[in-house]
Amino acid sequence: MTSNINLGLTNVSAETHPLTWRYTQSGKSVLDIKDYEALEGYSALKKAIAMQPTDVQAEVKASNLRGRGGAGFPTGIKWSLIPMGPDAGQKYLVCNADEMEPGTFKDRFLMEELPHQLVEAMITAAYAIGASKGYIFLRGEYVLAGERLNAAIQQATAAGYIGENILGSGFNFELHVHLGAGRYICGEETALINCLEGRRANPRTKPPFPQQAGAWGKPTIVNNVETLMNIPAILLRGADWFKGLSQGKSPDAGTKMYGISGKAKITGLWELPIGTTGRELLYTHGGGMADGYELSCWLPGGASTDFLMPEHLDLAMDYDTIMKAGSRMGTALIMVVDNKQNIISVVRNLEQFFARESCGWCTPCRDGLPWTVKILQSIEAGTGQEGDIQTLQQLTRFLGPGKTFCAHAPGAMEPLQSALKFFPAEFAKGIKA
Amino acid sequence: MLTANTPQTIASDRVGDFAFTDYEREQIEHAIHHYAEPRAATIDALKIVQSQRRWVPDGAIYAIADILGIGAGDVEGVATFYNRIYRQPVGRHVIAVCDSIGCFLMGFDELYGALQTKLGIKPGQTTADDRFTLLPVVCLGACDKAPVLMINDATHFNVTAENVDAVLENYK
Repeated sequence: MTSNINLGLTNVSAETHPLTWRYTQSGKSVLDIKDYEALEGYSALKKAIAMQPTDVQAEVKASNLRGRGGAGFPTGIKWSLIPMGPDAGQKYLVCNADEMEPGTFKDRFLMEELPHQLVEAMITAAYAIGASKGYIFLRGEYVLAGERLNAAIQQATAAGYIGENILGSGFNFELHVHLGAGRYICGEETALINCLEGRRANPRTKPPFPQQAGAWGKPTIVNNVETLMNIPAILLRGADWFKGLSQGKSPDAGTKMYGISGKAKITGLWELPIGTTGRELLYTHGGGMADGYELSCWLPGGASTDFLMPEHLDLAMDYDTIMKAGSRMGTALIMVVDNKQNIISVVRNLEQFFARESCGWCTPCRDGLPWTVKILQSIEAGTGQEGDIQTLQQLTRFLGPGKTFCAHAPGAMEPLQSALKFFPAEFAKGIKA
Repeated sequence: MLTANTPQTIASDRVGDFAFTDYEREQIEHAIHHYAEPRAATIDALKIVQSQRRWVPDGAIYAIADILGIGAGDVEGVATFYNRIYRQPVGRHVIAVCDSIGCFLMGFDELYGALQTKLGIKPGQTTADDRFTLLPVVCLGACDKAPVLMINDATHFNVTAENVDAVLENYK
């Protein structure tokens, strides 16, 4: 069962919707390599392989593409940190397809419906950074995506796009799907590398960064699915075209997979110019809130982003604007919280998720998150103690950026700190008089 | 002080009833070739065993450690870290219900409650007829079609307390 994709969008073409046009034009998944090739498939790879790898890197850098997994780091700069040249040795390209951020369902769609687009992107990116081996780190629950990607890899291998001396270029590339076994922390790129190596997915100390010493100690680039799937179009149409896709709505470049979940009239995914406002997304595309419900607050891009309020709907949904408003764009799939929800219960559910998914490696996260849940449960039950709200506020600092080994606990604190800020009366109601 | 039979128990775990089938051994050896080191095939090996036996028995931990050339403690550490590796017996069908925020907003509590009543079990338990095991799971990445649950490898969308019976009927 497919999501609502690009519902209501007209004039969808390769020029306007580089991520989804192949799907939207027919309304069907593109699984066979012949169908994909008939839709410009693998032509970006052919173009890239005739270029110098560093020129491919330069084009991606010039495009101003930023990471679509949530952090927004410029892809071209990430790539430029990997050693190049004849002495660089074994390098790896890893696709982070461990989509587990609650509220996020874009990579599932992209991989299930357009697997060849990711395979082509991986080969092209691997050529650019000189990686002879690639892994698609896929979350274990995405069984259908795994089957379709494996089939696409087989077809691409038979067609000569994967293997030895690809298209006569002398470039060799091997690509595997690594199916995980379910743990949110695997989305953290150094934890992902530990998991890939067959270890517990605890994050690693940085530095060294994966670009210097990643998988098996070798230079490794980790990119998100959506990030990579922009690469072929950037090479075919150029960095300037990519920058123009945001239509002046944002200094950021390209389109973005936006989405809606929660009690909206229409939920689903839309590929829109980056910088589209939350209001356009929710009201023009999502039809507004479902009948009988009003918007209380919203998460702009997953469980680990700060709540925003209805008055923030007119902000451009791009990295810097949402950050200035005190949150993060994250994955840009918004979740609307309606007026019939108890906000304390909503925050308690979010913190239970983070507490359970903590890898347990560092103390603030391992102990602080269950403590947070316990306090929220008592406030939810109306049995909160005097001082509980102050303790929660303290926890948002003790578990904040710089206090923990990775970004898991700071991410967990984002919805809590913003709920404390926007809904103080709801918290106060749960304290026993 | 160790009781007399403790070492024997460990020994029988190690060399006792468990042996890979030819299929399991072949599949694990194939997976090893995908990586720079055999250790990386730990999760693959656990999943291969689980696909044949529904869960990972103690003896398999030692057998996997042997075939990969790593310590049994390392294999157990990985087996107990990941949500989809089962170190206890499970039923013929494992129901994994998403309890993350997307489903929570759309009726997770009602669905989870209804399942526990219908099956007569709590999360983590297996029905007496061995048909179903009930577990919670992290966001399944289909929040626009919430509530969502997985049964074995299949994801089911828009599952509610009202229509869940029809979904369960497909699993005997």
